[in-house]
Amino acid sequence: MSTPQIYIQADDLVEEHKPWWVTLWDLCKRQPLGAGGALVVIGMVLMAIFAEYISPYDPEVNAFEHMLEAPNADFWFGTDQFGRDILTRLIYGARTALFVGFTCAFVGAFGGLVLGVASAYFGGKFDLIVQRIMDVFMAFPLIILALAVVATLGTGVENVIIAITIPFIPQCARVVRSSALSIREIPYVDAARACGFSDARIILRHMTPNVMAPFLIMLSTFVGQAILLEASLSYLGLGVQEPTAAWGLMLQGGAEEYAESAPWVAIFPGVAISLAVFGFNLFGDALRDLLDPKLRNR
Amino acid sequence: MYKYIVKRLLLMIPTLFGAALLVFLLLRAIPGDVCEIRLAGTGLYADPAEIELCRENLGLNKPLILGLDTQFTDFVGGYLTFDLGDSMWTGRPITYEIGLRFKLSMQMAIMATVVAVAFAIPLGIISAVKQDTWIDYAVRTFSIAGIAIPSFWLGIMIILGLLIFTQAWFGEPWMPPIEYVSPFDDLGANLSQLIWPAVATGYRYSAVATRMTRSAMLEVLREDYVRTARAKGLMEKVIINQHALKNALLPVVTIIAIEFAFLIGGLVVTEQVFNLNGLGKLFVESVGAQDFALTQQLVMLVVLVFVFTNLAVDIFYAWLDPRIRYS
Repeated sequence: MSTPQIYIQADDLVEEHKPWWVTLWDLCKRQPLGAGGALVVIGMVLMAIFAEYISPYDPEVNAFEHMLEAPNADFWFGTDQFGRDILTRLIYGARTALFVGFTCAFVGAFGGLVLGVASAYFGGKFDLIVQRIMDVFMAFPLIILALAVVATLGTGVENVIIAITIPFIPQCARVVRSSALSIREIPYVDAARACGFSDARIILRHMTPNVMAPFLIMLSTFVGQAILLEASLSYLGLGVQEPTAAWGLMLQGGAEEYAESAPWVAIFPGVAISLAVFGFNLFGDALRDLLDPKLRNR
Repeated sequence: MYKYIVKRLLLMIPTLFGAALLVFLLLRAIPGDVCEIRLAGTGLYADPAEIELCRENLGLNKPLILGLDTQFTDFVGGYLTFDLGDSMWTGRPITYEIGLRFKLSMQMAIMATVVAVAFAIPLGIISAVKQDTWIDYAVRTFSIAGIAIPSFWLGIMIILGLLIFTQAWFGEPWMPPIEYVSPFDDLGANLSQLIWPAVATGYRYSAVATRMTRSAMLEVLREDYVRTARAKGLMEKVIINQHALKNALLPVVTIIAIEFAFLIGGLVVTEQVFNLNGLGKLFVESVGAQDFALTQQLVMLVVLVFVFTNLAVDIFYAWLDPRIRYS
C-alpha cells in the first residue's frame, strides 16, 4: 500500500510546477458543473460592479410614457408599471443581491466560526450554554426568525442583512464545532497550550485554519440562501424598499396583478434570482467536493 | 430507552423556555403597539386616554418580565392553564384563530410532502445507481434548480401558466379558488385549490430530499454487505430495494420529517402568492398588526412542532440504533 502513496506525492510535486491556468483548466474539467456555477457568479459580480456602464437606463427614474411596454429593441426585457427598464433594474438588482448575500454570508459564517471553535475549545459549561442558546435559534424556521427580526428593526437593506445574518450564525457554529471537537484532541493543540499561548491565539492561529473546509462550504451555501431570503422578504414587502432595485421587490411591485397582461414583469426577476442561487449552489457543491474528499459524491 | 427519552425531554425545556423568552422580547422591542395601530392607525385623532384604556385592558401596561404578575407570566402561564389568551386585534380566542387555519396548513404540508416523496425517492435512487452518467447529471441539475428557484416565483409562474393555458383552451381564464373547502365536503374543489401550491413547495422540498437520498444511497452501495449480496448473485433490483434502500432511507426520513415541521408554519411566502388563508398568512398579518399575543403563540406553535418532530426522529433513531442510546 505504501508505494502508490509515494507515487501520488511525487505527482503532486510535479503538478505544482504547472502554470496556474493549466491547474484551473484541470479543475474545470474535473468539476464541469462547478465551473458553470463559477461562471454565473463571476458574471453577476461583473454586472454588479459595472452596473453604471452596462445598463442602458437609470434604474430609479420613472418614465410614465413607457409604462408596461413589452420587450422591444429599446427595452430588451420590457418595462415595469413605472416605465422603468427591467434589464436596468435587473443589473442594479445584482448589486443589491450580492451586497446582501456576501455581507450576510461573511458575517454569519465568521461569527459561527469563532463561536463554534471557541465552544469546542473551551468545552464544559461554556460549550453547554452556547449550545443551548444555539438550540433556541435553530428551533425557528429561517424565514420566521428573519421576519420577527425585521418586524422588530423595521425594513431596509441594513435591517434585512441583520435579520438574515442572525439565523446563519448558529447554523455555521454547529457545523464548525463538530469538526473543531476532533481537532481539539490532536496533540498540537496541547503543545500550543504547553507553550503558554493565549486562548485567543490558539483559537485563531491554531484551530481556525484547520476548520476552513466546513467554513468555506457553509460560506458558499449561505450566499445563495441569503439571496433567496432577501428576495422572499422583499417580495413580502418587508425587505428592501422602493425605489432601490432588488429582484424580490420587482416581483412584489405588481408582478401578480400584471402577470397576465405583462408577464415579462414577473418572469425576468425570477429567472435572475434562480440563476444566481443556482450558480452559487453549483459552485458551493464543487467547492465541497474539492475541499472535503470524505464528502465527495454526496 | 426510557431513560433516553426522559433525558431528551428534559433537554427540551431550556430550548422552549429560551425560544419563548426570545420571541417575547423581540416582539416587545418593536416601537408602538396594537392599541396605537388600532386607534391611531386610521389617521384620525385618537384620545390618549382611550389608548391608555386599551392598553390596560390588554395587559400591556404590566411590567415586562420582573415580578409575579407580568406580561411574561401571562404568556408562559397560559401554557399551564391551557388558556392561550385572545387575539389583541380581533379579540377572539387564539385557539379559534389558529384552529380556523390549521386544517389548511396541515393539508398543504401533507400534500407537499407527498409530492416531494413521490419525486425524491425514485429520482435519488436512479441518480445514485447511475452515478456520473447523463441521468445523474440531469437529476442533480433538476434538484439544484429546485433549491435555487424561489417557490413564490414558481407559484406566480404556475398561476400565469394556468391563466394562459385555460384562456387558450377554454376561452376564459381560470384561477384556483381562494375559499378553502374541506376535502371531506368537496374533494374536487379542495384539490383544485391546493394542488398548485403543493406542487410549488413540494418541488423545492423534493430537491432537498433527492440530494439526501442520492448521497445516502451512494454511501450504502459501497458497503460490504452490498458487495456480498452481489457476490451471491442476487438480482440488482433485489439488492437495491431490499438491501440498500432500507439502510439509506434513515437520513432521508429525518430530513423529510424536519422539513414537514417547517412546512406547517413556514409557508409564509407561498400562502401569500396563492392567497391562502393559512397559518403563514396569519403570522404575517399578526406581525403587521403588532398583535403580540397572536404572533408569539404562532411562533411557539411552530417551534413546538419543530422540537417535537426532532425528538420523534431522535427516538426513532435510538430505537433503530442502540449505539445512540448509550453514547
